[in-house]
Amino acid sequence: MATGVLPTRPPLSRRVLRQAIRVFNAAATPYGVDRYVELVRPSWSSTEVRAKVVQVARTTPRSVTLTLRPNGLWAGFRAGQYTQLSVEIDGVRHTRCYSMTNDATSRDGLIELSITAHAEGRVSRHLHQAAQKGQTVALTTAQGSFTLPDAEPAHLLLISGGSGITPVMSMLRTRCALGWTEPVTFLHYSLTEQDMLYREELEQIARTAPNVRLVRVFTDRPGTGDLDGFLTAAHLGAAAPEWASAEAFVCGPAPLMDTARDLFARAGRSGHLHTEAFTLAQFTAEAGTVDGLVRFGASEIGVASDGTPLLLQAEAAGLTPLTGCRMGICHTCTRRLCSGVVRDALTGDLTNGPEANIRICVSVPVGDVEIDL
Amino acid sequence: MPTVAEAYGLTPTQLDALEHELESLRAEVAGQLGTEDVTYIRRLIRIQRWAEITGRASLFLGFLPPFWLLGAGALSLSKILDNMEIGHNVLHGQYDWTKDPALSSTDFEWDSSCPAKGWQHYHNYLHHTYTNITEKDRDLGYGVIRISAEKPWTPANLGNPLYALGLALMFDHGIMWHDVDFGHVRAGKKTRAEAKQSLKNGLRKSGTLAFRDYIMWPAFTGPLFLLTLAANALANVVRNIWAFIIIFCGHFPQGALEFTEAECEGESKGHWYFRQMVGSANITGRSLFHIMCGNLSFQIEHHLFPDIPARRYKQIAPQVREICQRYGIPYNTGRLSRQFGSVIWKIFRFALPGRSRHSQPAPTGAPENTAAELMAA
Repeated sequence: MATGVLPTRPPLSRRVLRQAIRVFNAAATPYGVDRYVELVRPSWSSTEVRAKVVQVARTTPRSVTLTLRPNGLWAGFRAGQYTQLSVEIDGVRHTRCYSMTNDATSRDGLIELSITAHAEGRVSRHLHQAAQKGQTVALTTAQGSFTLPDAEPAHLLLISGGSGITPVMSMLRTRCALGWTEPVTFLHYSLTEQDMLYREELEQIARTAPNVRLVRVFTDRPGTGDLDGFLTAAHLGAAAPEWASAEAFVCGPAPLMDTARDLFARAGRSGHLHTEAFTLAQFTAEAGTVDGLVRFGASEIGVASDGTPLLLQAEAAGLTPLTGCRMGICHTCTRRLCSGVVRDALTGDLTNGPEANIRICVSVPVGDVEIDL
Repeated sequence: MPTVAEAYGLTPTQLDALEHELESLRAEVAGQLGTEDVTYIRRLIRIQRWAEITGRASLFLGFLPPFWLLGAGALSLSKILDNMEIGHNVLHGQYDWTKDPALSSTDFEWDSSCPAKGWQHYHNYLHHTYTNITEKDRDLGYGVIRISAEKPWTPANLGNPLYALGLALMFDHGIMWHDVDFGHVRAGKKTRAEAKQSLKNGLRKSGTLAFRDYIMWPAFTGPLFLLTLAANALANVVRNIWAFIIIFCGHFPQGALEFTEAECEGESKGHWYFRQMVGSANITGRSLFHIMCGNLSFQIEHHLFPDIPARRYKQIAPQVREICQRYGIPYNTGRLSRQFGSVIWKIFRFALPGRSRHSQPAPTGAPENTAAELMAA
C-alpha cells in the first residue's frame, strides 16, 4: 500500500534514464522528448500522468467501469483518494474528479474507476457512451485526504449514496486485502437494486469476508432493500448499533452528507466523521460584496463584478483560463491575485493581494481586485 | 484633413454596422469550432515532428548529397510549420478553447530565437492592437527599414535594401531583438531593466537553439560535424527568408494603408475593424501554400479575428470580401509575385528621400481616387 514513506535513492537504471531524458530534451528543445515519444506511444510522458484504457465494463444501466493502466508517473494511491481524469469532447478537454475503486495494495499497476452518467454531467455521459478499450486519457497523481487510516479502526462505518460508493468501495476492498478483521458496516443508498454499483461483489464480500455487514437501501423502491427511506439516526442504529464509536467515512449527495454531519455532531463525534463530496456547493452572492471592479491584468480587460467566482467572470468576459475541477480542488486554475481581496466561496476565508495565489474557480471578489490573467 | 475612414466615405454609423456584421461572422465561426480543428492542428504537429525526426536522422548519412539535401529540406519544413501554422497560431490563443495544455498559448514554446512570451507581448498586443498606426506599430519596417513615406528620410535609409536582406537572412534573431526594443528604451517607453530582461530571455532562448543546431546535433554525427552544421544553418536561413517574405507581404504591399495616432485615438471597434482590413494584404494560392504561410496569406481575416483558428480564414474569406465590397472598403489581395514585388519596390523606393505619389494608393477594385489624393483634396 502506498503509505507516506519517503522513497529511498532511486535505482541506478532510473537515474541513468533521468540523465538520458535530460540529453534528449536538450536535443529536442524547445518541445522536449515527450512530444516525440508520444508519436508512437500516446500514453508515455515524462511530465503528465496518462493512462491507457484496458477494459470497459457496463455493469449497471447508467454506469461504466474503466480499468486503466497508468504510465510510470503514477505513484499509487491510498484507498479513498481520487484522480482528475481529462477527456476530450468535441475538441475541448474536460477534467473531472473520480475516485479509484480498486484495492490500493494491489501491485498489478492497474486502477479502476466507476463513472455514473448524470443528466447534467457532460463528461460522465460521454464516458458512459463512448469510452473504449485502447483509448488514452490524462490523469493526475492521486489526491485527497479522504483515506482509509493506516491503523485498523475498531469499527469502520462506510456510508455512501449513488456514485459516492466509489471511494468507500476501494476502502472496503483494501481492508479485505490487508486482512483486517474488525467489524465493518457498509451502508449504501441507491435509487434501485439495478442502479447499485458493485452489488454482486458486495454481497459476495458480505457472505465470505469476516465481520462485514452490508446494508442496502433502495430509495426509489421501498420494501426491496434492507431499510427504507433516507439516512436517519434510526438507520444508523439499525445498520450499526455501535456507530457512535465508529470511524465513519461518508460520500454521496449533499443531503446525505449534511444529515451525517448533523447526526455525528449531535453525538459529539464530528472528529470521527470523514466526508468527500464531488458536487459543487451553490455559489450565492452575498449582499454588499458584489460591488467592485475586476481587472484581468494580463488581458487588459476590466469588468464590473457580478459576485460570482472569478473564473466565471473571466469566462463571461471571453477569456479561457486553464481550469480543472472547477470546485476548488485541483489548483489548475490558480492565478496570482495582484491586488484586492477575495473570499473563498467554500470556506468564507478572505485572502489579500498582492502576490497571493488563488484558485479563481472558488474565489469571489470582495470589492476591486486585479488578477494576473 | 479627412481621416482614412472619411476618405472612404464611411460614417461612424456605417462603421458600427460593419462592426455588427463582423461580430456576427465571428460568432458564426466560433460556434463551429470543434473536433475538426483540433484534429487538423494535431495532424500538422505530427507532420512537423516527423519532418524534424526525418531531418535529424538523414543528416547521419549527410555525406551522401541526397540525404544532406533531404535533411536540410525536412528541417526547413519542420521549422516553417513550427513557426507559421503551429507556433504563430497557437501563441495567438487560437486553440486555447480546447484547454489542451499542449495547445495552450500560455505554455507553448516554438522553434524561434524569440521567446514565445516576449513575442506574444509585442506581436499579439502591440502589433495587433495598433496595426499600421505609424507611430505605434513597430512592425512597420521592424525599426530598421524605411517602408513608409510617413517616416522622415535620413541618409541611413540608403542602406534599406541591405538591411532588408540582412533581416531576411536573420529574421528570427531580428524578431528577438525587435522584442528587446532599444528604440522604446531611448524613447522612454520601456525601462532599461525591462529591456535587459527581454535581452536576457532572448539570449538564453536563442543560445539554447544555437547549441542544439550548431553544436549538439553536429557533434552527434561525429565526422560529419560541419556537414550537419551547414544543413542546420541552411534550414534556419530557408525558414527565415520564407517567414520574411510572407510577413512583409502582410502589411507592406502597395495599397495597405497607414494611420496616424490622432485619427485612431478613442476609435470605435468598427474603425478598428476597418483599420485591420485596409492595413492588411492577402496572398492568393493553393491549399499547400496557405498551410506553409500559416494561413497568414489570409492576413486580412487574421487581423479581424486573430484568435480564430487560422484554417477557418479560407472559409470566411468570401464573406469578408463581400462585406468589403458593400462598404466600398478595398480588399487587398494578389499573387505572391505581385505582393512581394511591390514590397521590394517600396524597400528600394523609400531608401531615397521624398514622398511617393503612390504612397497611399487605393488598391485594385477601389475607387479611382487614392486615399492620399482624397486627403490632399
